[in-house]
Parts: sequence; C-alpha cells; structure tokens
Amino acid sequence: MPLNSDKTIEGSFQLVGGNFATAGEASGELKRTLTDLGVAEEIIRRAAIATFEAEINVIIYAAAARLLYFIGPSSIRIRIEDMGPGIENIEQAMQEGYSTAPEWVREMGWGAGMGLPNMKKNSDEFNIESVVGEGTTVEMVLNIP
Amino acid sequence: MNLQDLIKDLSLEIVTCEESMNNEVTGAYVSDLLSDVMANSNVGNIWITLQTHLNIIAVADMKGLAGIIIVGNRKPAEDVIEKARAEKVTVMTTPLPAFEAAGKLYQLLDR
Ligand SMILES: Nc1ncnc2c1ncn2[C@@H]1O[C@H](COP(=O)(O)OP(=O)(O)OP(=O)(O)O)[C@@H](O)[C@H]1O
Ligand SMILES: [Mg+2]
Repeated sequence: MPLNSDKTIEGSFQLVGGNFATAGEASGELKRTLTDLGVAEEIIRRAAIATFEAEINVIIYAAAARLLYFIGPSSIRIRIEDMGPGIENIEQAMQEGYSTAPEWVREMGWGAGMGLPNMKKNSDEFNIESVVGEGTTVEMVLNIP
Repeated sequence: MNLQDLIKDLSLEIVTCEESMNNEVTGAYVSDLLSDVMANSNVGNIWITLQTHLNIIAVADMKGLAGIIIVGNRKPAEDVIEKARAEKVTVMTTPLPAFEAAGKLYQLLDR
C-alpha cells in the first residue's frame, strides 16, 4: 500500500510480562510493515529500537501490556499501555544509568538504565505517564518527512 | 573488509548465515549490555559479546549489525541459532576472550 494514501495502518499486540522469548515480535512486525511501505531505513531502525526497548521493559517490569501502532502518511505512533507496578519517579527513571532491574535480568545484559533514554532519543515525540500500582503508558511519535 | 577476512585471525566458527561472509564490515562494538549496543553500535558493525541468549538476535536485527561474535568458547543454544537463521543474523563463535578478539579485529580494521 503506498504511503501517500491517507489511510492509517494499525497493528496491535498483547505483551506478557516475564516472557523474554517473545521480545521483538511487535517491533519485528512493525519493522516489516514499514519496510513494505518503503519508509526510509533510518526511520524504520529508530522505530524498531524504540519499540523493542518498550517491549523489553514490559517483559521485565510489568504483568502485561497492549502495544498499538498507527502508521499514517506523515508519522508513526506507537503506544504501550501496561498493567504493572508503575513508576514512582519518572524523572529518575529517565536518567541514563538508573535501573531497578534484578540481578538475573542484569546477567542477561539488560538493566543498563538506557532503555527509556533510547526510546526518547529515537522518537520525535516521547510521552510517559504512570500510576503507581496500576501501570505505565508510553507514547512515541516518529515523523516521516 | 568483510567477514571472510576475519575468520582465520579470530579463529571464528560460523554458526549461522555462511552466505553473508562477503557482507561489508563497518567497524565493531564490544559490550555485554544490550541497551548500550542498541544506543551506540552502528549499521554494519560486528558485535563482540559473551551474551548468548535469544534477545541478542533481535538486537542485531534491529540495529542492522554485520554479525555477532560470541567470545570465550560460549555457544548459543538451539533456539537462538534457529532465530538467527530466521532473521538472517550472522552468528559466529571464537575461543578467544573479548579483549583478544577485539584487539585482533581492531588491527584488521585499521589496515
Ligand atoms: N514499564 C515499566 N513499569 C515499571 N517500571 C519501569 C517500566 N519501564 C521502566 N521502569 C523503571 O525505570 C527504570 C529505567 O528503565 P530503562 O528502560 O531506562 O532501564 P532498564 O530497563 O533498567 O535497563 P535497560 O533498558 O538499559 O536494559 C527501570 O529500571 C524501572 O525501574
Ligand atoms: Mg529497559
């Protein structure tokens, strides 16, 4: 489907906490869809990285989440709504190097405290909201010039 | 410089994607932290790591890396190899520790 049609292409995923083997399914599908649409490689890569980091955070910290993406003619919007512990201090969580990942997760090489900063860096708009005890919602927009 | 040029000096064993040995190598990145690789590696880089679990394949795929070299005689499990084949990610192993693998690779890339 040509990108210049004004139709929005949507996708949705259910993510389950703890399941590291499924990490990359949502970002992989988004990547394939964007590739089929002929979006520039650099934008695809940024979208895939941001989405993958979000998937991993759900897997590490949350019980479950819904991941939605919307591809329009001039932007890609990715929204991840999780049910989980929430984040008490978002400013602190956004700092590079801050991590509460448990030891066994760190042994896998996660827990550098770089995921949220990576998501922000790779998107043109980044928004995070969280309610402690309920969950976290991240929304990212990447412009397609 | 392509992957083929590295096999001998780094004692590489090719685990997946033999067919990509002619792919161009743009440089390398050494890290065992996956988000660090996501942030700081570049397209066409070789990634030197001791991590062997499934998520390394997605990282290499998302970043468009030339291949993964797993150091210190560690071997990826069968599910990792399968995923690497499916995503066309080149996985290699070496008996060398990370420092020696990186040192040799640095010299080769510097030529
Ligand atoms: N969805 C989430 N639910 C609850 N807490 C979260 C969530 N995402 C992030 N956090 C908190 O924010 C911290 C920083 O997250 P970030 O993704 O930047 O780093 P990390 O996951 O710890 O390490 P890395 O992403 O480098 O592997 C986490 O350690 C965790 O405390
Ligand atoms: Mg993270």
